Amino acid sequence: MNEERKLIVSSSPHIRTPRDTRAIMLDVIIALLPALIMSVVMFGIGPLVVTAVSVISCVVFELAYRKLLKKPGGVGDLSAVVTGMLLAFCMPPTMDNWWLAIIGAFFAIVLVKQLFGGIGKNILNPALAGRAFLLISYAVRMTTWAPARFQHIDAATSATPLASLHSGQLVEGGLNAIFDMLIGNIGGCIGEVSAIALLLGGAWLVYRKVISLRIPVTYVGTVAILTLIFSRGNNHILWMLQNVLSGGLLLGAIFMATDYCTSPVTPNGQLIYGVGCGLLTVLIRYFGSYPEGVSFAILIMNLCAWLIDQHTAPRRFGVVGKKSKKEDAKA
Amino acid sequence: MLFKSHGGVHPNDMKAPANEAVITTIPQPPQVVIPMSQHIGAPCTPLVAVGDEVKLGQKIGEAKAPVSAPIHASVSGKVVAIEPHLNNLGNMVTSVVIENDFKDTPAETMIPASAEALESPEQIADIIREAGIVGMGGATFPTAFKITSGWGKVDTVIINGAECEPYITSDHRTMLEHPEELLKGIQLIMKACKVDKAYFGIELNKKFAIDLLNFKGAKGMGIEIVPLKCQYPQGAEKTLIKTITGREVPPGGLPANVGCSVFNTFTAYSVYRACYEGWPAIERVVTVSGSAIAEPKNVKVRVGTAMEWVFEQTGGFAKEPWKIIMGGPMMGLAQYDLNVPCGKGTAALLAFAGKEDKTVDDPVCIRCGQCIDGCPMNLQPIYMYMYQQKGDVEMLQKLNILDCVECGSCSYICPGRLHLTHAFKTGKAMVQAHMAEMKAKAEAEKAKAEAEAAAQAKSEEKKEEK
Repeated sequence: MNEERKLIVSSSPHIRTPRDTRAIMLDVIIALLPALIMSVVMFGIGPLVVTAVSVISCVVFELAYRKLLKKPGGVGDLSAVVTGMLLAFCMPPTMDNWWLAIIGAFFAIVLVKQLFGGIGKNILNPALAGRAFLLISYAVRMTTWAPARFQHIDAATSATPLASLHSGQLVEGGLNAIFDMLIGNIGGCIGEVSAIALLLGGAWLVYRKVISLRIPVTYVGTVAILTLIFSRGNNHILWMLQNVLSGGLLLGAIFMATDYCTSPVTPNGQLIYGVGCGLLTVLIRYFGSYPEGVSFAILIMNLCAWLIDQHTAPRRFGVVGKKSKKEDAKA
Repeated sequence: MLFKSHGGVHPNDMKAPANEAVITTIPQPPQVVIPMSQHIGAPCTPLVAVGDEVKLGQKIGEAKAPVSAPIHASVSGKVVAIEPHLNNLGNMVTSVVIENDFKDTPAETMIPASAEALESPEQIADIIREAGIVGMGGATFPTAFKITSGWGKVDTVIINGAECEPYITSDHRTMLEHPEELLKGIQLIMKACKVDKAYFGIELNKKFAIDLLNFKGAKGMGIEIVPLKCQYPQGAEKTLIKTITGREVPPGGLPANVGCSVFNTFTAYSVYRACYEGWPAIERVVTVSGSAIAEPKNVKVRVGTAMEWVFEQTGGFAKEPWKIIMGGPMMGLAQYDLNVPCGKGTAALLAFAGKEDKTVDDPVCIRCGQCIDGCPMNLQPIYMYMYQQKGDVEMLQKLNILDCVECGSCSYICPGRLHLTHAFKTGKAMVQAHMAEMKAKAEAEKAKAEAEAAAQAKSEEKKEEK
């Protein structure tokens, strides 16, 4: 009663979860590591160099932007690191592309993310937009693939499985080809080659409750069903499996489409979004001029995220079945 | 996971420190300050004057309104002042200050009810009303009114033993130390509500209490113990009803709309004490805990005891407190003055030494959507926050902000550390003000139109006369 105390008064709640933005981003970084390790196993030091350049560029651009414009916050939330890794993950694994990563990082961080207000405010996924920019600007460099370490010599023309699928041909080798896709013994971007590594990362994210299964399952499921129905090879199952495991589908479905900022927040909206991504991916793969449709499919769905949210509000608590109709009638 | 029904968060329950602490009594304070408003509804007017001698349990405040509860002296002694005093809501409330004579001379009214009185619902409700019993979980809604207004509508009584707020163990200890009294209290409530079935929802972190109450024959009394998953806000009224009965209280409605009536564990215990011991609501078991507390405890505290006294008598602070909370950490109220008295609904006093609220300088939404997954009322906190910040009242209404129960789940789970619950408290006030304004406007227009119509009719009458 006598001594003076300084007490803080604020609105409840007075406790918060220890899991802040930084902790979530750290989980994403951990989840991306298996894919990076498999890439290094398959392609040597190249992926590591490109990833390092990309991450450092993203962090530097983000920090410079925030400081130069005297905006609060910095790179402590680790989101720039995640963007850097994801950008590198959708670039070819050759080391001589390292300077492309700097250009991509500038586009992703400054133009796509920061100009719209920074974390949580960007409309497009920065890494994917960066990749799309590079793909259009440096088409040849972005589609010249290195062979994976253990690839068969006759396949060392280093075409990706997707290129083969795009021409309507199943990748040769049957189940062996599937096995190669699972471990990453194929040509492709840094982060997309090993399906097992990506699934492992996805399992970590789900276990840590960073993402829910809604988007990845509906996305991959839609692609699987559509490619099964509209199969082009003589083996429907193989065609479907090769479509699911090749290209950036798993990387996109697990890490890109689930990007918080550019995907819907309502549970039903996320289901619709996943289906939309899958549909567009198959359409572009089947009818587009690019063999890969994942990046553009997700970028297009990014633009719809808010619209989807607006029409998928969760059911109001206490308004069930008949009652809701009654209420509507009243209104 | 894919089709997981959403709602709820899982904070660390932090109950371990006080869980094993047997309820003890602390020395009485030399003086109690008893606010004349400790419930939702009309405040009481003092029945005593300065200089009066009062006895323990003597009624010292009453209101004639139906939604109200009388107030009793929590010690015997002399009224030394009747003056405005700061209460836990931060308001100045007329309070009766009693100097304790440490004799605890009981009032004549403190006698057990007769056996036949306890057979009649009306008489039990009367005893509950006279004892000043309110919802002891913190909402402090007058219990007798809840019972009588539910007659004919309520078919299910639910006893709330979820105690889902972290740190608090006072209900848990009451279950362990007074199981028989508690069950008798529940029987009384069932009788008063005219129903023969009660569900007693208890979270699974109170396994011993569940077993003990079952062992004491809860089932034979028509009381079904329902083990609940540990999840906040399991004990929020609407959530509890949904979990136990599957019924959903309509927006803006009361539990009685779906035939339910919910009572807190300590309310049931208080009903027992009022009926079988003649004790009015003048004592509450309070959990004293938190990172600044030397030794977490559960203690019996008389209504009107200053927080400072409780802290002093329970071993004081081990560390300098940064924040002091009356109630739980999720919905309790931060206090700035330790002279604030404990009330009927004070289940806990917490003192935090560090920044348990983890506020940051620049909260940023990353659109993770966890607030939507965590909201027990199926709201969209992320968008409500945006429109609240913009002051868009119409959109707030459209997003059903008034459904918000202010449980704090969204703020708790937010990785960007947004002050969501805070924004919704202000947002709700904005919407309510807007609705009142609209209503007044509509009424004024209606009155104007009526007046015009009347004037016109009059002039026409005059014309006809001419």
